[in-house]
Amino acid sequence: MFQITPMNARIWSKLGSRGTFAYTINELAKNDSNLLLITADLGVLSGLTRFADNFPKQFINTGIAEQDLISISAGLASEGHTVFATTYATFISMRSYEQIRLNLAYMNRNVKIIGSGSGLVMGLSGNSHYGLEDLSLMRSIPNMIVLSPADSVETVKCIEAAYRVQGPVYIRLTGGLNSSIVYESDYNFEVGKAVQLRYGNDVTIFATGTMVKEALSAAQILEEQGISIAVINIHSIKPLDTKIIKEACETTTTKLIVSIEEHSIVGGLGSAIAEYKSTLANSPRQLFIGIPDHFGKVGEYSYLLHKYGLTSQMIAQSIYNELGE
Amino acid sequence: MSDHISHIVKNVTTLNYKMRTHALNMALRAGSKGAHLGGALSAMEIIAALYGGVMKHDPANPTWEKRDRFILSKGHAVLAYYSALAESGYFNIDELNHFEEDGGFLGGHPVLDLSKGIEYSSGSLGMGLSYGAGIALSSHIKKTPYKVYVMLGDGECNEGQIWEAAMFAAHNKLNNLIAIIDRNHLQYDGTTEQVVSLENFQNKWSSFGWHVAEIDGHNVEEIVQQLLVADRPSDKPYVVIANTIKGKGVSFMEHQRDWHHNRLTDVQYQTAMEETKMKYDPEK
Repeated sequence: MFQITPMNARIWSKLGSRGTFAYTINELAKNDSNLLLITADLGVLSGLTRFADNFPKQFINTGIAEQDLISISAGLASEGHTVFATTYATFISMRSYEQIRLNLAYMNRNVKIIGSGSGLVMGLSGNSHYGLEDLSLMRSIPNMIVLSPADSVETVKCIEAAYRVQGPVYIRLTGGLNSSIVYESDYNFEVGKAVQLRYGNDVTIFATGTMVKEALSAAQILEEQGISIAVINIHSIKPLDTKIIKEACETTTTKLIVSIEEHSIVGGLGSAIAEYKSTLANSPRQLFIGIPDHFGKVGEYSYLLHKYGLTSQMIAQSIYNELGE
Repeated sequence: MSDHISHIVKNVTTLNYKMRTHALNMALRAGSKGAHLGGALSAMEIIAALYGGVMKHDPANPTWEKRDRFILSKGHAVLAYYSALAESGYFNIDELNHFEEDGGFLGGHPVLDLSKGIEYSSGSLGMGLSYGAGIALSSHIKKTPYKVYVMLGDGECNEGQIWEAAMFAAHNKLNNLIAIIDRNHLQYDGTTEQVVSLENFQNKWSSFGWHVAEIDGHNVEEIVQQLLVADRPSDKPYVVIANTIKGKGVSFMEHQRDWHHNRLTDVQYQTAMEETKMKYDPEK
């Protein structure tokens, strides 16, 4: 249904993940009057005005009431609707956490939760608006599928996949407008199956969201210094592709496993990998790159990425230092 | 009163007695685990009325699209709820003997199982009205006619989400959403007015855009009349504040906070059964 071309990749990257969601949901609704889109007063900011104009009967606004948003979505889904519920990741994953657990997951309702503006992209809005715990929270709930796309093309892939699967899905949208491009052509996207983007012998990086592009660039920098790096995109935090992690850990040349995420180092991708890795008899040590367990000062997105070492240069340096020890 | 209504009132009266008996039996069998008796006895006539003639439903076809839906938001009233479902034929009455058994389907709070008539998993308070609003809204979207009855506790109305749902339902003119509040005035830590005052309760709801009625929640005829006959506006959700007594029908439980959740001894059971027969057996 969606044409993955270099041109579309460029257009969608300009929209960013949030705008790409708005585009994708509009396209899906053209052929499905059973699809409902519901938000908590974030229609305009999420670029959903076009959807609301095109499909007024399929657009619902609860006002600033995230708990209500999720429970109403669950009620609608119980009547057979496919429901996409969206607001900022921090609010939808935390203010309505118990509603997600009991009304969605426990009853296995067909609601897709789109957490926008996750990670640090909310910048000067501050810690209240950062999405740093959503992966940790969402993946601990049974029945939940948790997706974290690397770029706008993969955002389309995640939304399409979530649309086709029955049951609750959380999709974490990171990055801003004019986001980095990882994919320019079509590829095989499967929930629960990671994508190997680069092969290498010394280090394997597992990255998710915006950090996939940074990891690829970091690998390039390290390659020039004679360090061979594999990069794997974990778009599916749950179910986790344990097979690919096992293979990386059992490759005898692998000296280091690195997890990179624009998320707290507590409970996110790094933790998910470590939980599995700890069950293997022998595996390399792991470097966790992410947001440390604290509330930091506020600042612009780029300031924060630098502060937390989440740029390709700084990632390369961290890995280089770790190998040197 | 029309013949139709008087027939329903008679049915409900009989059902109410049977349900009360089942509730006491289940509580006795729960033994030292105890059971939520107080809030089940206060809600008994209302749930009996819903299943005994007010709601359109078909136990032989529990997924019937046009059935009225019942959402037990105050999930701890299971003694009344399970009894009504069993008496309606959603499952065998003998199943009630397995109340609160390890691994069974009749837990301390309801768990979704449409095949047994259970529409909603509850236990955590405050979410059922929003869930019911979603179902009611779907009826408008799909133009499939049915009503959604949501039973709330009065203490439950401390939850902010109740008022989020109240605003949403009024804004969307969900006239097929009917909230029934078991206004028994008691919650865990004391009376509702001692803990966090709810009054003026009627005005709160009407100012949120709901049509409000206040009734005696133990008067079967009044409940049936109010839910089936009374005029109400076509553009508003409807809330029935049912004034009730926690532990109603068993003298030593009435108005007693301790009977929110408690163990029923053999001696207490005998007294409770005798009182119930005396007060509620229609053949007496």
